[in-house]
Amino acid sequence: MTTNKKTLSGNATPLARHSGNPWVVALRRLFRQRSAIIGMIMLGSLVFTAIFAPLIAPYDPIEVLIGKEPVKKREPPCIHLLGCPEDQPQHIMGIDGNVRDVFSRVVYGTRISLFIGFITIGLAVIVGTLLGSIAGYAGGWASDWVIMRVMDVVLAFPFLLLAIAIVAVLGPGLVNAMLAIAIVNIPTYARVIRSTVLSVKEEEYVTAARSIGVGNSRILSLHVLPNSVPPLIVAATLGIGTAILETAALSFLGLGAQPPTPEWGAMLASERNQVFSAPHLVFFPGLAIMITVLGFNLLGDGLRDALDPRLRL
Amino acid sequence: MTKYIIRRLIASLPVLAGVLVVTFVLARSVPGDPCTAILGEKATQEACERFRQNKGLDKPIFVQFVLYVKDLARGDFGESIRFKRPVTQILVERLPTTIELGLLGLLIASIIGIPLGIISAIRHNSAVDVGTMVGANIGVSMPVFWLGLMLMYVFALLLKDTPFWLPPSGRLSAGVTPVPFYEFYGLDLGEGALFKLGQFFAGLYIFNSIITFDWEVLKDATRHLILPALALATIPMAITARMTRSSLLQVLGLDYVRTARSKGLRERRVIIGHAFRNALLPIITIIGLQLGILFSGAILTETIFSLAGVGSSLREAINARDYPIIQGFTVVIAVGYIMVNLFVDVSYAFLDPRIKLD
Repeated sequence: MTTNKKTLSGNATPLARHSGNPWVVALRRLFRQRSAIIGMIMLGSLVFTAIFAPLIAPYDPIEVLIGKEPVKKREPPCIHLLGCPEDQPQHIMGIDGNVRDVFSRVVYGTRISLFIGFITIGLAVIVGTLLGSIAGYAGGWASDWVIMRVMDVVLAFPFLLLAIAIVAVLGPGLVNAMLAIAIVNIPTYARVIRSTVLSVKEEEYVTAARSIGVGNSRILSLHVLPNSVPPLIVAATLGIGTAILETAALSFLGLGAQPPTPEWGAMLASERNQVFSAPHLVFFPGLAIMITVLGFNLLGDGLRDALDPRLRL
Repeated sequence: MTKYIIRRLIASLPVLAGVLVVTFVLARSVPGDPCTAILGEKATQEACERFRQNKGLDKPIFVQFVLYVKDLARGDFGESIRFKRPVTQILVERLPTTIELGLLGLLIASIIGIPLGIISAIRHNSAVDVGTMVGANIGVSMPVFWLGLMLMYVFALLLKDTPFWLPPSGRLSAGVTPVPFYEFYGLDLGEGALFKLGQFFAGLYIFNSIITFDWEVLKDATRHLILPALALATIPMAITARMTRSSLLQVLGLDYVRTARSKGLRERRVIIGHAFRNALLPIITIIGLQLGILFSGAILTETIFSLAGVGSSLREAINARDYPIIQGFTVVIAVGYIMVNLFVDVSYAFLDPRIKLD
C-alpha cells in the first residue's frame, strides 16, 4: 500500500537532534505539527463534550417535548442571540421529527461515536496484533500462509459490503455493527504487525536474546512487538476515524444503532426524507460526524509525521 | 508478460476460493429457514421436505458447497425469492447503473484530484497547496451519505429555477426512454447469453445513448448521475490529490529533474514529461485501491439518490432476506474487485519497465 513511500515533503521535521527517550522526541515533534495540534484540540473538545454531556445538553436526548414546551415537530433552530424571540424556548439545532432537542442528541451522540471508534478499533488491534505476530513470528505454511490468505479474503470484499453481510447474519444493532466493522478492520493491523515483526525478528538483538535462551513469547512481547507500536498507533488513530464513519454508514442503512439511540448516522437516516423541508435535521448530525473524523485524521497524520517520517503519504 | 499474468491469476485462486467459502457460509448463516422464506410461513412439513430435496439442502454441507460452485461456474445464481426471477437477469439490469456511477465517480475524482495534486506540488507550501490539503482532509472525513443529501438540497432545491438545477433522484426523467443499441441497429441477439450481454451494455445508458446518437437521453442520463457521482467522488478525489502531491514532490527532488531543468527545458515539460510520468505509479495504485471505497460508497449513494443499482439492491435484499441475491451479488462484486486489482498489478509493467516481472 502507501505506507512505505518515502517522501521529501517540505514540512519534513528534522530527525531527532536531542538524545533521550524516543517517545519524548516523538511527542516534541508531534507538538510542532500544526495539523496535529488542531486535531488534538478538536478531539479534546469532543472528549470534554462526551464526558460532560449531561451538563452541556439542555435536555435529555430521548425526552419527547410534546406538552412540555410550545414546540412543533421539526422546528428550525431557535437561537436567542440571532433574533429568535425570547419568549420561545431556545433550541440551537432545532427540533427533530419526534419533538426532541437535536442539540442534546448531537451532544450525547459524541459519547456513542467515540465509544464506537475506540472499542471497534481496540478489538481490531488486539485480534490483528495476535494474528499478525503469529503469522510474522512463527512463519511457515501453517500459520503465515493461512492467516495472511484469510486476511486477503477479508480484503477482497469492499468493506461496507462485508460489514453489511456480517450484520445480516448477526442481526441489526449497534453492538453487531461494531463487531462487523471490527472484523473488517482486522487485516489492516495484522498486516502492519506482521511486516514489522518480519523485519525485527532478524535483528541481532533478537538473535542475541534467543542465544541466551529467552523464550519465544518473551522475545515477541519484549523485543519484537514494542517496535510495532509506532506504526500501530498511527494506523489505529486514522482507523478510529474510519470506523466511526463506517459504523455511521451502517446505522444510516438501518443496520447499526436503532432508535431512539442518539447515534449520528441513525439520526441522519431517520430524517433523510425531510432533507428538503427540514435540512437542519440532516446537517448537524453529519457535521458532527465530519468534525470527529477530521479530528482523528489530523491527529493521525501528525502522529505519522512525528513517529515515522518514512510513512508520510 | 503472459507468464506473469498467469502467475498472478494462479496466486488469486486461493483468495477466490476463500471468497466463495465466505459467501457460502454467510448466506447459509443468515437467520431464518430458507423453506419458510421462499414458500411462506404456512408451508407444510412435506412441502418443506420436498423443497429441501429439490434445492439439495438435505445433502451434506460439503456436497451443497460443490453444487453451489458448479452452479456459479455455469453462471446460475439461482432465483430471487422476492422477484421470482433469475438473479442473473436482475444483475444484468442493475449492474450497468453501478458501473456507470462508479466510472463517472472515478473520472471526476481523477480529473479534479490529479491536477489539484500537481498544482499543490508545484506551488508547494503556497496558499493553493494549503487550501487543497485542508480541502482534502475535510474531503476524506466527510460521510458520503451526508454529502449526498447536502448536494441534493443545494442543487435540487436551492438552485431550482436556475440552469444549475440537477435532478435529485432516479436514473432518467419520466418519458425519456432509451432505445437499446441492438434494436437501433436491428441486431438479432437471440435469447441466450448474447442477448443478456446486449441488455447489459444497453443498460449503460450513457454508453448506449452515445452509440445510438441519442443526445437527449445522453444529457438526461448524465444530469441524473452528476450528483451521486460527485458525492461518490469526494473521498477518492481527496486521496488522489494527496497521493499525486506527495508522489510528485518526491520525484521533483530527484537529480534527473534537476538535470532536465538545467538543460533548459521548460518547466511545463519538466513537470508533465519528466516528473509526472514517474510519479504516476503510486497514483495508479491508489486509484486502483479506491475501487473498494467506490463500491462501498455506491451502496450509500444509490440508496440516497434512488438509483436501482447493485448496491441499493443488495441492501434491499438483506432487509428482505433474499438469500440468492445476497449470495450472487456478493460473489460477483468480490470477484470483480479481485479482477480489477489484478488488472492494476499488471498495468504496472506497462507503466514502469523497471519493475521486473519475472
